[in-house]
Amino acid sequence: MIGFELSEDQKQLRHLAHEFAKDEIRKKAAHYDETGDWPSDVLGKAFELGLVNAHIPTEYGGLGLGALDGAIIEEELGWGCTGIATAITANSLAQIPVIVAGSDEQKRKWLAPFASEHHICAYAVTEPSAGSDVAAIQTIAVKKGDKYVLNGQKMWITGAGHASWYFVLAKTDKDAGHKGMSAFIVPKNIPGVTIGKKERNMGQCASDTRGITFEDVEIPVENLLGKEGDGFVIAMKAFDHTRPLVAAAAVGLARAAMEHAISYAKERKTFGKPLWHHEGISFMIADMASDVEASRLLVWKSASLLDQKKKNTLVAAYAKRFAADSAMRIATDAVQVFGGNGFNREYPVEKLMRDAKIFQIYEGTSQIQRVIIARELFAG
Amino acid sequence: MKILVTVKRVTDYEARLKIKPSGEGIETDGVNMIANPFDEIAVEEALRLVEKHGGEVCVVSVGATEAATQIRSALAMGADRGVLVLHDQPLDCSGISLLLEQVALQEKPDIILMGKQAVDDDSHQVAEMLAERLGFGQATQANKISIEGNLATVAREADGGIETLGVQLPCVITTDLRLNTPRYASLPGIMKAKKKPIDEKKAADFGLDLTPKVRMTHFEFPPKKQAGQIVPDVTTLLAKLRTEAKVL
Ligand SMILES: Cc1cc2nc3c(=O)[nH]c(=O)nc-3n(C[C@H](O)[C@H](O)[C@H](O)COP(=O)(O)OP(=O)(O)OC[C@H]3O[C@@H](n4cnc5c(N)ncnc54)[C@H](O)[C@@H]3O)c2cc1C
Repeated sequence: MIGFELSEDQKQLRHLAHEFAKDEIRKKAAHYDETGDWPSDVLGKAFELGLVNAHIPTEYGGLGLGALDGAIIEEELGWGCTGIATAITANSLAQIPVIVAGSDEQKRKWLAPFASEHHICAYAVTEPSAGSDVAAIQTIAVKKGDKYVLNGQKMWITGAGHASWYFVLAKTDKDAGHKGMSAFIVPKNIPGVTIGKKERNMGQCASDTRGITFEDVEIPVENLLGKEGDGFVIAMKAFDHTRPLVAAAAVGLARAAMEHAISYAKERKTFGKPLWHHEGISFMIADMASDVEASRLLVWKSASLLDQKKKNTLVAAYAKRFAADSAMRIATDAVQVFGGNGFNREYPVEKLMRDAKIFQIYEGTSQIQRVIIARELFAG
Repeated sequence: MKILVTVKRVTDYEARLKIKPSGEGIETDGVNMIANPFDEIAVEEALRLVEKHGGEVCVVSVGATEAATQIRSALAMGADRGVLVLHDQPLDCSGISLLLEQVALQEKPDIILMGKQAVDDDSHQVAEMLAERLGFGQATQANKISIEGNLATVAREADGGIETLGVQLPCVITTDLRLNTPRYASLPGIMKAKKKPIDEKKAADFGLDLTPKVRMTHFEFPPKKQAGQIVPDVTTLLAKLRTEAKVL
C-alpha cells in the first residue's frame, strides 16, 4: 500500500516547525547571513521547543522521533534558512554514530545531557587532504595503556567552535585501509585540542565551520565507539540517517526559492503582461514545482525505509543527489526570474543561490552520491 | 480554578476560498483548517491563569470528528483534557450555545474563556448567548484579565481608551487580539498531547432541539477591485475626482 498522507502528529510537527521557521528563523536569516555570527538566540528557542535533538531515543531523554518526522521538520527549517537549519541540525550528524554504535554507558554519558541543556556536538571526519576519499585520512590514534593518543588535523567541521565534543574518525591501523579506522568521542576541553578560526564561506554563513588540530590528545579507551576497525562503517551508517535530513533541508530551500519566484512572476510585468504569462518563465517555474515534489518524495521514501528498519543507502543517495542538484538549479533559476533584482542583496533569492551550493558538496558530494548509486547498479 | 476554553475548527485565514456552486456555503474540501486564532488566545490565557492560580484547563469543541485535531493542538500547548461534542449537521449560534451550555453544566467551570468571534463566519454571538443561558456574568473583548478570589477584573479596549470591568465568577470572558501572543505547541507538548484524554459526546444524546433558526442563504465575493489609474498631474486628478469619482 502506498500512502503519501502524513499522520495528524506529523502535520502538527510540520506546523510547529513551519511557524518557527516563519516567525523566528526568517526574521533573523538576513542578519546572520550578513554578520556570520552564531545564531544562539534562534538555537536557544529551537531547543526550548524541542526542535533540536528530537531523534535521541526516549531512554536517553530525547523524544525518539523517527527519520520521516525529522525530515518533515527539517524541510521547514530549511525553508526558513538553511544556514540556521544546518547550525540546528548538525548535532544529529555527530549524535547518530553514538545512537547507532554507542554502548548504553556511552549513550548515557554523551547523549543524555542534550535533554536538559542546549549543547552542540560536531562530526569530524574530513581533513585538509581527505574529503570524498574518507579512507585517505591521516589522523592517527595510538593505544597506550588505557588511553589513545590522537594526532592529526580535521577540516570543515560544522559547529566546531561551539561543540562540547566531537565524533572523530582516526586511523588505528595505517595499513588496513577502511578497516584500519576507528571512531572516538573527543571532548573539546582537553589538552591538545585546538580549534581554528571560523571559515568565511560563500553561503550558509550562520553555520560555523572550522578546522581542528589534535596534538597528543589523550582520550580514555572508553571513548572508543564500537571496536577498533569499526570506524568507517559507523561513519558511513550515520550518513544513511543524515542524508535524508540534509536532502530535506535542500527541499525546503528549493521550495522557498520557488515561492519567491512565483510571487515575483505574478507582480513583475514586462512587455505589458505579468512575467508568468511568458512561457519561458512559467515553464521554468513548472520545472521547479515538479522537482521540489520529486525531491520530497525521495526524501520521504529514504526516511521511511529507515523507519521500517530497511536498508536505505541507495535511496538516500538518490534523495541527496536529486534534492541537492535540484535546489541548486531552482535557486539559480529563481535568480533568473528576478532578473537584476535577483542579483541584489535586498532581494531574497541571491542568498538562496549561495546557500544552495553546499548541498552538492557536504555529506558526500553529488559526484560521490553517483558513485554510490552506480556501485549499487553494477554490483554483483 | 477550572477553566473551560472553546475552540472552533475554521478555514485558514490565509487560504483562498471558493463558494460552493449552490452559493450556500464555502467549499472546505482541500482547504487547510486551523483553530480559530481568537480561541488560541483564549487557550493561552487559560494556561497563564492556571500557571498562576493552579487548576485545570479543559478544551471543548463542537463539530465533526476532525475537530479533534484542533483540540489536540490546544492540548499540545498545555491544556489538560478535551471534550468533543460530535455534530455534523448545520448548526447556528443558538444551537452551539445550547450544546456548550450542557458541557458547562457538566464541567462546572469557574471561567469560560472564548474567542470573541470565529474568523470564518464572524458571528460574534456564541459567547454572549452562552452567558445568558447559564446566567453567568460576561466580559467581552478582553485585553487584560486578572483574577482575585471570586472576582475577575477585565480591561477592554474601547474607542480611544480602556474600560475596566469587574465580573463575578463563574463568568464568560471573550478574548481580543491584543490579550496575549499564544505560545507554540512544543515538540514534547505535541508528544504528550497524544496521551491526554478527549471525551467524545454525541450532540444527539443531549436531547435538544438543534434545528437552526438562522440559515446561511447566499454567499458572494465582494466586487473585484478596479485597476488603479495613474494621472499625469494634480489638475487631472482633481478633475477626475470631480467628474468620475464624484467625491469632490
Ligand atoms: C560548509 C561545510 C561544512 C562541512 N561540514 C563538515 C562536517 O561537519 N564534518 C565533516 O567531516 N566534513 C564536513 N565538510 C566537508 C565535506 O563533507 C567535504 O568538503 C566533502 O565531502 C568533499 O570533500 P573535499 O572538499 O575534500 O573535496 P574532494 O574530495 O577533494 O573533491 C573535489 C571534487 O572532486 C570530486 N570527486 C572526488 N572524488 C571523486 C570520484 N571518485 N568521482 C568523481 N568525482 C570525484 C568531488 O565530487 C568534488 O567535486 C564540510 C564542508 C563544508 C564546505
